[in-house]
Amino acid sequence: MVNVQEGIPIARPKIGSSGFTGSWRITKPVIHYDACTKCRLCYFYCVENSIDLQQDLYPKIDYDFCKGCGVCADVCPTKAIEMVREVK
Amino acid sequence: MMLMRGNAACPGCPIPREIDALLEVTGQKTVLVVPASCTSVIMGDTNGMPSSVPVVHSAFAAAPAIASGIKAALNSKKEDATVVVWAGDGGTGDIGLASLSGAAERNEDIMYLCYDNEAYMNTGVQRSGLTPYGAWTTTTPEGKRERKKPIPQIVAEHGVPYVATASIAYIFDYQAKVKKAKEIQGFRYIHLLSPCPPGWRFDSSLTIRIAKLAVETGIWPLYEIEKGKFRLTSLSKTLIDKSKRKPVLEYLKLQGRFSKMTSEEVKKLQNEVDEFWEEIQKID
Amino acid sequence: MQVESKVIKGLVGNHAVAYAVKQAKPQVLAVYPITPQTTMLEKLSEYVESGELKAKMIRVESEHSALAAVYGAALAGSRVFTATASQGLLYMTEMIYWAGGQRVPIVAAVATRAIASPWSILDDHHDFVSKRDAIWIQLMAENVQEAYDLTIQAFKISEDKRVLLPVMMGFDGFILTHTLEKVELLPDNVVDAFIPPRDFNLIDFSDPLGIGQVASPEDYIYYRYEAQRSMERSREVITEVERDYEDITGRKYGLIDCYMCDDAEYIIVSMGAWSGDARVAVQKEREKGIRAGLLKVRTFRPFPKDEVKQIVGKSRGVVVFDRSVSYGSGGVLANEVKSASYGLDVPIHSVIAGLGGKDVRPLHMEKVLDDLALNQLEDERWLL
Repeated sequence: MVNVQEGIPIARPKIGSSGFTGSWRITKPVIHYDACTKCRLCYFYCVENSIDLQQDLYPKIDYDFCKGCGVCADVCPTKAIEMVREVK
Repeated sequence: MMLMRGNAACPGCPIPREIDALLEVTGQKTVLVVPASCTSVIMGDTNGMPSSVPVVHSAFAAAPAIASGIKAALNSKKEDATVVVWAGDGGTGDIGLASLSGAAERNEDIMYLCYDNEAYMNTGVQRSGLTPYGAWTTTTPEGKRERKKPIPQIVAEHGVPYVATASIAYIFDYQAKVKKAKEIQGFRYIHLLSPCPPGWRFDSSLTIRIAKLAVETGIWPLYEIEKGKFRLTSLSKTLIDKSKRKPVLEYLKLQGRFSKMTSEEVKKLQNEVDEFWEEIQKID
Repeated sequence: MQVESKVIKGLVGNHAVAYAVKQAKPQVLAVYPITPQTTMLEKLSEYVESGELKAKMIRVESEHSALAAVYGAALAGSRVFTATASQGLLYMTEMIYWAGGQRVPIVAAVATRAIASPWSILDDHHDFVSKRDAIWIQLMAENVQEAYDLTIQAFKISEDKRVLLPVMMGFDGFILTHTLEKVELLPDNVVDAFIPPRDFNLIDFSDPLGIGQVASPEDYIYYRYEAQRSMERSREVITEVERDYEDITGRKYGLIDCYMCDDAEYIIVSMGAWSGDARVAVQKEREKGIRAGLLKVRTFRPFPKDEVKQIVGKSRGVVVFDRSVSYGSGGVLANEVKSASYGLDVPIHSVIAGLGGKDVRPLHMEKVLDDLALNQLEDERWLL
């Protein structure tokens, strides 16, 4: 650990540094796994880095942080991701 | 995940993934130097940051100089690490140009990534020197009349060992360039076209599609200049023949910022792109 | 214990400061040429090229980048130095505030010089005092020896854990930078022992930090409060460092200097090189039977409020000589002295002189002191 004197402005790494950004969502991406071919494009292109690959290589969306931008649905070649309006 | 989720980037903003892809290659021993830009906000606050490597924020015009100093200090400790400036287009090509040029001229051993969203987006979409011809911004409400400042070429003219363009849509090409740059000593420059949903006026789901179209239409050629030798990369290698390139209009029409362009203006831009490719053909 | 092996050399101010920097062994330097600092940069470049100083000299393209480069290096653990003057100090102002706000140990020498427009390359203090709110400790030297001494002290003060603030050492352009004086130099090993190895680094790959992050209003004001506290703590550290320095050199320093203050009825307050002229004026006044004294401010930030108030309080009248003006308000040092003397019933007059290199001699100061003693001095007088 760096010995930082009290009163010197610094920050340390943190998941959710701007909170649970999932609350920003208007529409929610839902993966229809039956149509998913595990191509991983959604994983590579998720601009928020909010999609994980599971052990079986199927993608899984972290809804705590997914902002619902819809990039994953747009890049999915088999249209396996559906953007669903979230009712709150 | 080197750039953590739950950061302040707008939905559809490619910056978090662009940084993540960079850090996947450069690794834990990277310092990011970030001048005023969207990333200043994306990096959170004094209570936490999404980066898993050290981040040094910088005055708008100072990032290449700060990076030069950090590198000198690390060298004096014999600590091997990659010092990366991560700057927007304004910080690179407008206010920071002297500092960028100074560091390039001194051939500082740093990597410089310009993520170019073609305007001052963090302050609310004002025109920069890198805003393209025809684009609406809040300070060019009728569309920009001047052309985009050619920063990669300007940097290349300094004779630095490595200059490249890249796109988040061609992520492996981008990462291959970062990898190559990481192994090179001296000043390395990578210019990333970085679509901005609110600033370019498109739906947040289209970020990758638009980034891809920029390459497919030839408006954003992917290339690298290694030790002065120019080489097209990825899809751009196949686009010398004009018939292989999509019309520029396909790229423009998805973005609200170009909606006021007349067909003459679109033609003018198309001609400029075609002329650029003719030039490329001569050097390639 | 006092150093026995004294080396005395004739050096101009810029070379004396360069010599002190060489002895402090910084790892990274970045300096941009500007009159009247340039010969210091040249001397430092010679030291680096010859290998006498094992440091990286970053030959930057502007003063903004000069301070930016040493700021970066300082964050990553290097001892650093830069120097500038006048327009250059103004040009690096943005980074001056960054360095102060982040509380990074940096030493910068400022060869004070007037500010354009109109152009002047000659001395006044506008550049130096304009940085008074930038969270930097500011020391001002009277002569070449003091410029050398304060530079060495500056590294120790700046890097002290109780302080961690950048330090600016001001010395008058041309009057000191280009004047040859006899300077007593410390042996290298004594300087080595005096300044402990630097122990400040914020860039560590096993504990990655965000430096200069956005701060919420609650956090921002807290960090500024901490900066003010650190500035206050530094008084004690500066005094301690100067006492240690006195132990090895025999040269006594402090936040202020007093010359014939003890029984003085009339006090002249000054900062920088013309304090020497003021001493002569005080002697002349004494010869005439006027009980005059000199109060020299060495530490402009933190301002020696208590010390100044104590001296002022014992006097019947004070005149502050300023080489800088806060236009629409008054002499900058005069305002500081008035503020420190709040509650005292002592008239404090202000004299503005020496701007843009305008010559000021002991005779001019004598005349002012005469008028002060005769109760004929205006609140503010310009020596045109």
